[in-house]
Amino acid sequence: MTAGTDTIGQGLKERIEENALLAVLLLVVAVLSVVPLARLIAEAFAPGGQWSLAAFGSVLGNAATWTATRNSLVVALGGTVLAALLGSAVALIVALTDIRARNAFVFLFVMPLMIAPQVVALAWLTMFGPASALLHLLGIAPPPGSRNPLYSAGGIVLLLGVQYAPLVFLALRAGLRALPGELIEAGFAGGGGRWRVLWRIVLPLMTPPLVAGVALAFVSCLGNFGIPAFLGIPSGYLVLPTLIYQRLAGLGTSVLAEVSVLSILVGVIAIVGIRLQDMMLRRRDFRVVSVSNLATPFELGRWRLPVEIALWSLVVFLILLPMVALALTSLVPAVGVKLSAANATLENFRFVLFDHDAARRAFRNSLGLSVLAAIAIALFAVPLAYFLVWRRSRLLRFVAFFAELPYAIPGVVVAIAAILLFLKPLPLVGFTLYNTVWIILFGYLARFLVLGLRPVVSGFHQLDRTLEEAAQITGARLLRRLRTVILPLVAPAAAAGALLIFLTAFNELTISALLWSSGAETLGVVLFSFQQGGDATYAAALAMLTIVLSLALMLSTLLFAGRVSRGVIPWRD
Amino acid sequence: MARLTVEHLVKSFGSFRALDDVSLAVGDGEFVAILGASGCGKTTLLRQIAGFDRADGGRIVIGETPVSAPDRHVPPERRRIGIVFQSYALWPHMTVAENVGYGLDTAGVREPERSRRIADALALVRLDGFADRRPALLSGGQRQRVALARCLVTEPSLVLLDEPLANLDVHLRAGMEDQFAQFHARTRTTMVYITHDQAEAMALADRIAVMDKGRVLQFAAPSTLYRKPADATVARFIGEGIIVPVGVRAVPGDGHCTVDLFGMPVRMRCAPGQRAGDASAVLRSGDLVPASASDPALAASVVRTIYKGGHFRIEARLASPAPGAHDVVLHLDVPEPSSLAAGAPMTIAVRDGWVLPA
Repeated sequence: MTAGTDTIGQGLKERIEENALLAVLLLVVAVLSVVPLARLIAEAFAPGGQWSLAAFGSVLGNAATWTATRNSLVVALGGTVLAALLGSAVALIVALTDIRARNAFVFLFVMPLMIAPQVVALAWLTMFGPASALLHLLGIAPPPGSRNPLYSAGGIVLLLGVQYAPLVFLALRAGLRALPGELIEAGFAGGGGRWRVLWRIVLPLMTPPLVAGVALAFVSCLGNFGIPAFLGIPSGYLVLPTLIYQRLAGLGTSVLAEVSVLSILVGVIAIVGIRLQDMMLRRRDFRVVSVSNLATPFELGRWRLPVEIALWSLVVFLILLPMVALALTSLVPAVGVKLSAANATLENFRFVLFDHDAARRAFRNSLGLSVLAAIAIALFAVPLAYFLVWRRSRLLRFVAFFAELPYAIPGVVVAIAAILLFLKPLPLVGFTLYNTVWIILFGYLARFLVLGLRPVVSGFHQLDRTLEEAAQITGARLLRRLRTVILPLVAPAAAAGALLIFLTAFNELTISALLWSSGAETLGVVLFSFQQGGDATYAAALAMLTIVLSLALMLSTLLFAGRVSRGVIPWRD
Repeated sequence: MARLTVEHLVKSFGSFRALDDVSLAVGDGEFVAILGASGCGKTTLLRQIAGFDRADGGRIVIGETPVSAPDRHVPPERRRIGIVFQSYALWPHMTVAENVGYGLDTAGVREPERSRRIADALALVRLDGFADRRPALLSGGQRQRVALARCLVTEPSLVLLDEPLANLDVHLRAGMEDQFAQFHARTRTTMVYITHDQAEAMALADRIAVMDKGRVLQFAAPSTLYRKPADATVARFIGEGIIVPVGVRAVPGDGHCTVDLFGMPVRMRCAPGQRAGDASAVLRSGDLVPASASDPALAASVVRTIYKGGHFRIEARLASPAPGAHDVVLHLDVPEPSSLAAGAPMTIAVRDGWVLPA
């Protein structure tokens, strides 16, 4: 068998196929990240195409800007400190000690991440307000007309802390799992006690994941919209995202240049936070030499039960009781009526499911949007992660950076950028995305791309590349290898990513609050308008429905959790 | 006719020279082993031949076609070669038959030929009846044979094997070695076999290329490597040769010469152009025997005896090596029973040796 030049050739087809695929990937990341953010910056410096610093002048000269900036910093830093304390304490106990029922505890503790900040905010509001069905049942409700204590900076800080403690927890737990047991044993062998080993060995080595988790919590607190919208707007306590929302909702697209400047302001604060993290980690060497055997858990002995009780009361008070309050409120026949066994009703559920047009549309829109975003990103993430992990290059490092960027910066920034990009009809096709459901889909694709990408990237890291090379050597070109060999092998990781995207998008508010239009409502938007309109019982019923659906999905994934690498599904220990 | 030609191949990773001017010509149907310790560059060479990495310089020609050259790089998909990976790289989501048939699907082979060729390939590696199993349910040796069948089903003209036995139990290896040898005898496919195990290479290969630090030190038949190593590194690596300093006294030109070994005249084999003067020679344990009274012999004392089953391996230190030389320890095999124990004096006769070409 002679292989002549016609059968071997130079590989032109292979090169064309690979470069075409790479070009498509680059184009998509550019459209989702580079183009909208560039458009946003252009609008701030050159509104309407004319160089002008007028927008900067009017925004920076406005006292409201600086009040909101100060408020943003206060609640973001406060929330971050609380999240860091709560998250790291829980991570150390869960990862290092021999407490029981860890899976159930972790599942509940990370639940706020999966069921959206505005739902958590609503649950807490219904628990503490004078109309609280729970407090009435217990006979300790505050007198009617008294102010809900959560409508304050303190309330926002508390809820941001509860909401984002899981981020610190997840980052630190991942680090602790990679910590070689010998390092701890060597500390004990050197004569150190438990606390000494913890302070001198474990915590110093855990600086990188801890700082990364804290930085992520800071950026998330800063960009959060749902909690300050529910707790801050009623009392006039505005942060940058809610200020942007109010300006745009009140004055429409005439203030786009100003809200662009505000977006850049909040974006810059977020990036400063991320840069600080990089600088802190660059000064020292934290590399752990090798992972051989995992740390054996510290035995708590007679302290085990008290520690378990403390942890579970944390979950009960911070997460379960607000949910119970919410559930009870959803059964109240009308706002202001005291709940009793006799008057409890499912009428609110029937109303939001069948009678309320916007709510019905919102179910359809949110389901459709989150399914589409989850599937599209999961499929796109596989070839992108393939290039990022197995074909590393300088160009691809930029691609990875820009794929991460829309998630790292606050969601309002992405939303404003999307408005600017799609306000005018698209060139060539003449179709306007603005005021349709598709601009929300664009926002979701841009913002949640990295949620789908990360699990697939970690999946590729665990895959033996010779599996691809074995297909390559039989003559299979890249697209065929992706379809027949690589996709089936990373499918569990892609599915886990798709699920995270679905849960996040289904309960999303920040993007859709700015991009929704009549007919294109999402569940988050309808929940927000119920709350703003004083329809607390409808809001509670709608929130309960989303919680039940999210919980059902989270629980069902535990069935295939064994097929993805540990840590990909956050609610599993 | 050469099936695979490698000319002056160079590959660096940063400042590390993984391949340093490597040249090889593998004949059609030949079974060649690339032998070397880990880090010697043998896997880098395999990845260059397969096309997974680009060369920094030099050429690779498969058949008549240049596949790697400064101005061209044919991708692995187009090289029409087969590889058996060390990890086997079987696709866990496919059955044995699907694994084997993958290359046929890629090439567009239709039924019924497709099924016939899968069945033939599985029969060739004695795995008939395993077609519907998943790789996870197979033993290590069976997985190895599936990988071999998968690589052969497309009838590549060149097959690369990357340490194919390294992950198998010792008792499985001998059986697989036999299978490789039989298999090569039947198909006459050109095979390039990467290994760090010299026994494996010796048993299987027509020729062996010994690599060290990115260079090919010697490329020759196994017995040539053993009897006429090109330098001290090859001599030590193959068959635990002992390197000793000698003075070449007379070169009659019949393939032998007379040397002075620690003051004793010995007749050794040497290369045709060997000149008189100082040189090094390699001694094998089989060249050394306990001396009888009439022989010229080297005086030594036993350092250690190791029982090897049926014979003893004796390590003995020479009593009076050349002035200024380090201690010289020779080893030789003596049959059971033996009265030699550590510390005992003995005399050693040298029957043969090879003067290393300078």
